[in-house]
Amino acid sequence: MKIILNGQERSVEAPLTIAGLLQGMGLGERRVAVEVNREIIPRSQHGAYELKDNDRVEVVFAIGGGGMSRGTGGNTWQ
Amino acid sequence: MAVTAETIRSTSSDPLIIAGTAYASRLLVGTGKYKDMNETRRAIEASGAQIVTVAIRRTNIGQNPNEPSLLEVLPPSQYTYLPNTAGCYNAEDAVRTCRLARELLDGHALVKLEVLGSEKTLYPDIPQTLKAAEILIKDGFKVMVYTNDDPVVAKRFADMGCVAVMPLAAPIGSGLGIRNPYNIRFIVEEATVPILVDAGVGTASDAAVAMELGCDGVLMNTAIAAAQNPVLMAQAMRKAVQAGREAYLAGRMPRKQYGTPSSPLGGTFF
Repeated sequence: MKIILNGQERSVEAPLTIAGLLQGMGLGERRVAVEVNREIIPRSQHGAYELKDNDRVEVVFAIGGGGMSRGTGGNTWQ
Repeated sequence: MAVTAETIRSTSSDPLIIAGTAYASRLLVGTGKYKDMNETRRAIEASGAQIVTVAIRRTNIGQNPNEPSLLEVLPPSQYTYLPNTAGCYNAEDAVRTCRLARELLDGHALVKLEVLGSEKTLYPDIPQTLKAAEILIKDGFKVMVYTNDDPVVAKRFADMGCVAVMPLAAPIGSGLGIRNPYNIRFIVEEATVPILVDAGVGTASDAAVAMELGCDGVLMNTAIAAAQNPVLMAQAMRKAVQAGREAYLAGRMPRKQYGTPSSPLGGTFF
């Protein structure tokens, strides 16, 4: 089946649980949050939740960030 | 000096209280734009900050597989994480980001809400921010809200139940300092929740000015991360926030137009 994982189409073998997907992504040990079709699936359900064809899956985590910022090239004020 | 012990006592009993939790440090820092995780850790340690903002992003973005994760470098047991909605341009994306952060951080309710309205100035979109704040507060989040330096808007956010209001001093990442101290003062005077300057600080004196104006704290990222020596600047910011707070509590002398001698005028022998 096909799923859209973090915005990219992926072919995966059914059946596949969220826990299985995370394992395959090398994120088994990482603390992440998962959304399927815009609905948050709590960590406690990752083991039982089976993905379906065309599911849109988002896997997110915390990274360094403050306010929104971009490169400062050409953006100086004298 | 006899005053030292008393001074230490007075500052240690002067915590920043946000949503019922007391913090000894009034400096909040972002964790973005550092060279690597080691520099991130060293700068944040030097800043003395207890609350750190983090971004929520897809796992395949911004991750060097050889590096430890942010959660390992800054353990949530030692720091209060403040997930922020940086990069969101509408209420829906901001609410979605906060809900994912809550799942990621095991029910964590404290968030920084930031909904931007201009890619160029990074000024906030106030109608969208109000909309998101309302949804998040109803949903049980404790919202620290990034806003512009409009006193009426700041009061609206406090009245609706935001736990802290964070006006900008200047555009995010600009380092231009406090462009409108009078507005910041109006906001502080009307405050019913902590007021933190968020964005626009460029160097230590800017942070001190924010605190001297009566702000309860300062949140910054680029001023530290983009300094030539981020760890040293983090230390400078820690001192500036503390110095500014003490100056505010001490109450400054009145400004005078002309000079006033500080030595007695009588008893001169010349």
